[in-house]
Amino acid sequence: MFSLEILLPYDFSPLTVIFFITVLGLYVTALRLMPADERPGALRIFTFLLGLGICYAVMQTVFDYYSQYMFFVHRGQHLILHHLGPFLMALANPLPIIRFWNRQIPERVRPSLAPFGWIYRAFQQPFIAAFLFVGLIYFWLWPSIHFDAMLSRDLYWIMNWSMLLDGMLFWWLIFDPRSPARSDAVGYGKRMLMLALVALPQMFLGAWIVFNRGMVYDVYEVCGRAWPMSPETDQLIGGFITWVPSAMMSILGILIILRRAMHEDSKLTGKRDWKPQESHQ
Amino acid sequence: MRSTAITHWKKVMPRVAVALLLLLLAGCFSNDEQWHAKDISSLMPDLQFDLIGSNGQAVNAEDLSGEVRLVFFGFTHCPDVCPTTMVQLKQAIEQMPNELQKDVRIVFVSVDPKRDTPEQLASYESFFGDRVRALTGEEPQLRELAKRYRTTFGYGTPDENGHYDVSHSSAVYVFDQRGKARLLIRDGLPTAEIREDLITLATQAPG
Repeated sequence: MFSLEILLPYDFSPLTVIFFITVLGLYVTALRLMPADERPGALRIFTFLLGLGICYAVMQTVFDYYSQYMFFVHRGQHLILHHLGPFLMALANPLPIIRFWNRQIPERVRPSLAPFGWIYRAFQQPFIAAFLFVGLIYFWLWPSIHFDAMLSRDLYWIMNWSMLLDGMLFWWLIFDPRSPARSDAVGYGKRMLMLALVALPQMFLGAWIVFNRGMVYDVYEVCGRAWPMSPETDQLIGGFITWVPSAMMSILGILIILRRAMHEDSKLTGKRDWKPQESHQ
Repeated sequence: MRSTAITHWKKVMPRVAVALLLLLLAGCFSNDEQWHAKDISSLMPDLQFDLIGSNGQAVNAEDLSGEVRLVFFGFTHCPDVCPTTMVQLKQAIEQMPNELQKDVRIVFVSVDPKRDTPEQLASYESFFGDRVRALTGEEPQLRELAKRYRTTFGYGTPDENGHYDVSHSSAVYVFDQRGKARLLIRDGLPTAEIREDLITLATQAPG
């Protein structure tokens, strides 16, 4: 039976709701106010909102309840927060919206925002970004840390938020719409290499979980499962979700970048698709 | 103004980075050798509940303060996990020095209020001895309490006799005399180790 209750958060987090409403508000406001020729098309808007929507759904609906008490649902939650959601949002190319809001920042507050720029650039250094992307997955799935994270409400929220933010940073770096030939965006070859590099350790970890005979994540035993399912099955499915779809997203990412690189190569001398990055500093 | 802001941040940033790194390392190598059970003192909130006792009266966490409390979620019709755990906890307490036994209390929280009436809870209490308080509540109250301690419960489908299974946490949550969350006793921890932990807690000045 469908009930509206499943759309309500299991663990209401005002900060999370405010964040999503703010992002949605900024996106829609920019769409309405920006010049029509810069405005993204319907498909891009839909893709962005879909990515944002599924991230919200896994954090603030009944999905979150099942994520707390079933390992495989938890893996699905992280697949969306760290991969699929940010993947869609970055693919939707929100650069015009970011530029629109960037133009609204008054000149005099710009210097005080500089540290954010440094932190951002440090995180977006390709090696650091790839290391963080895989490192966070390993960190939160480290059995003793995972145990604590599922017991502590604070750690649980830090875990989910760190996954979402890191996912956004990583996929934005990968799908940066600016051409590397005309801006300081990371080169296509490097991006593909990063995607391949992050896929391998994820596959390894997923396979390790799948083929592990013991219970690696017994916190779900301690806290009770949302419905009676054998722990082995739960762990097996969870391992597969860590293993297969995340590796497939890397492959999909590589194909998209490859297509973009070839496309750009063939019309390098043609008309300019993307404007070079304006210097804001 | 811009240059001062930048130089300020340039000075502060390395210090912030070092502090964060140290914090991270401290987390990795923190010493939790002291306990046999899992130390949850930094993970879980203080004990808090509003439930109903075996006499039908309201009971809250303050009513039981001053004692080390072993909170366990279960139901009296439970065939295996609950009785085993209850017996083990009872034995652990009985093996403690006499003068410390009165400082420890098993708080059995039934998550099956439909079948576990106050009378049913009273007979459960008398069966497991005087160190046991059996409590229950309305389902929303119980859900709230379970959520607070990151656990859940669910009901199976009833058979022809109306019997149904209840899924619940298999762990025991230990709170000290002041209601601070201290330990999580997992399934399979030997009774002797539970006893040692309880002695340490009961003799320790409440943290």
